[in-house]
Amino acid sequence: MAADMTQSTPGATNPAGTPGSAKGKRTDPERSRRFGESGATLNVFGTGFMAIWAIMILGPVLWVVLGAFKNAGELNGSAWSWPHHWSFDAFSRAWHTGISTYLRDTVIVLVFSVSLTMLLGAMAAYVLARFEFRGNRFIYYLFVSGVMLPVYLALVPLFFQVSKLHMLNTYQGLILVYVAFSMPFTVFFLHSFFRTLPSAVYEAALIDGASHTRAFFQVMLPMAKPGLISVGIFNILGQWNQYLLPVVLMQSQHGEQPHYMLSQGLVSLMVAQGYSGDYPALFAGMTIAMLPVMAVYLSFQRQVQAGLTAGTLK
Amino acid sequence: MRLRKKTRERLFIASFLAGPLLVYLVFVIWPYIETFGYSLTEWSGVAPPSKVVGLKNYVDLFHDPIFLKALTHNMIILIVFPTVTIALSMFFAFMLNVGGRRGGLGGVKGIRGSAFFRIVFFFPQVLSVAIIVILFQSAYESNSVGLFNAIVIKLGLTDANHPWEFLNSPTFVLWCIMFILVWQWVGFYLVLFSAAMQQIPRDYYEAALLDGAGRTQTYFKVTMPLLWDSVQTAWVYLAVAAMDAFALVATLTPGSSFGGGPDEHGEVLSTYLMRNFQVLGKAGYACAMGVVIFFITLILSLVVLRATRRERLEY
Repeated sequence: MAADMTQSTPGATNPAGTPGSAKGKRTDPERSRRFGESGATLNVFGTGFMAIWAIMILGPVLWVVLGAFKNAGELNGSAWSWPHHWSFDAFSRAWHTGISTYLRDTVIVLVFSVSLTMLLGAMAAYVLARFEFRGNRFIYYLFVSGVMLPVYLALVPLFFQVSKLHMLNTYQGLILVYVAFSMPFTVFFLHSFFRTLPSAVYEAALIDGASHTRAFFQVMLPMAKPGLISVGIFNILGQWNQYLLPVVLMQSQHGEQPHYMLSQGLVSLMVAQGYSGDYPALFAGMTIAMLPVMAVYLSFQRQVQAGLTAGTLK
Repeated sequence: MRLRKKTRERLFIASFLAGPLLVYLVFVIWPYIETFGYSLTEWSGVAPPSKVVGLKNYVDLFHDPIFLKALTHNMIILIVFPTVTIALSMFFAFMLNVGGRRGGLGGVKGIRGSAFFRIVFFFPQVLSVAIIVILFQSAYESNSVGLFNAIVIKLGLTDANHPWEFLNSPTFVLWCIMFILVWQWVGFYLVLFSAAMQQIPRDYYEAALLDGAGRTQTYFKVTMPLLWDSVQTAWVYLAVAAMDAFALVATLTPGSSFGGGPDEHGEVLSTYLMRNFQVLGKAGYACAMGVVIFFITLILSLVVLRATRRERLEY
């Protein structure tokens, strides 16, 4: 579905898109001045509005991070209070009330789920993109149709499917589900990427006696690195931030300890803090959870933006 | 023994497809198919479904006042949230790419600080929904300690004894949720539209400028029509997001399990589905709801793609 989002009528022209460019080829100072002026009002208004929007984004984030350094009294006092002494007490409380476990469990799951997603996704996308065989298009559309399907539709049966396999509240269960639900986008993205790669190097490798498998791992995969990085970042962020799937699949079954993922753990911490009133610890936990994504985002800002929006652009 | 070339290729294809297909079929495709089957049964969700009741669940759904309320709320979100998000992100993208001050022929560029704004606006996209929930939970708090109440009190709109009941207010709860959705998604579509805008050839702007078009005119007559493809893509994706909103509603709105309050004023389809499934023991009913959500999303996407179909300019 997602593949055919744009209908094109090649050759047709958009009337609004081609203003009569033949008329005024000379530079007209009068006109460019007017253009500049009409821009000035818009500029003041626009920049002001954008500044407000930026404050609306940064404001709450900073306010909550600051809250991690306040003590309970300061938090319950005024919203404008400034932390008196900068201590990391709340951080260590948050760390010991569960964040460290959630973090560990999430990292364990993600290490396997992201690498498996990339491996299986690349394998499927590669075969579908570069080989002709019967059923190719059918399988491709089967994968890609998943991009648009809402997860809710599958939620109830998925729970029982995982239950039947005795994988509720297990790492392997969640890993496989993450991999499966990441497949559509990964295949879709890498499929178009593998199509653009030149085949000369690959053919040379085959002539030199490499098997298809070896040619894939040693020639094609390294060439596809930019695509793999984009879709990799997409999957890391997506799975790191996943909330709904763990809520359904990672509940305690027979009274054993549930393996909460970070997002889920934070929300449960929020509910728990609502009772015990230790908001600084909650805010500290949130800050801890935010730091890794922030580091990734700020250092790979361009790739992150490209990776996250790439699927929509195609 | 050496296998024939063709056989080897077949084996290779099969070995590469087997793993991904198996995982995908077991955990994605099969559950989706099962949903349709289960939606025709009366099923508590514990033992295997015992009784086939045909379309009864669907008939019941449309006589269920809570379901209809949730549906209405989703429709409101579906109209307001994509419209506001697209309008805002288009405007921001225009400012960042071609809204710059300098006139003259080199005048087509973004405003100062574009890079900074781009980084900040996109930031909510990388935050886990759990973090967003905690942020807004404390910001919306209905006493003077909450950030937003502190602001409205500072502005003199109310006093400390009468704080605004953001999420507890039947009138505003949905708008509070929609605000978060917009907050979350504007940056994403800003980047998307920016990429599309950068593909518009500069000559078009220069030509418009030479013809004496102002910035507003350039925006409406040149930029907007050329972005139509991206807008329609954005609308479809936003519609899917609008039908979801689960995490926000389930955790932020009042209500014992999966929120939805106050008094169903914040209820959406996804939370009602989850409550039927996990709390009320009506898994078959929940499946029917899933099917309805699926068809609504499907129809909407098709309608959008049809209604907004235009001739496309290649450059």
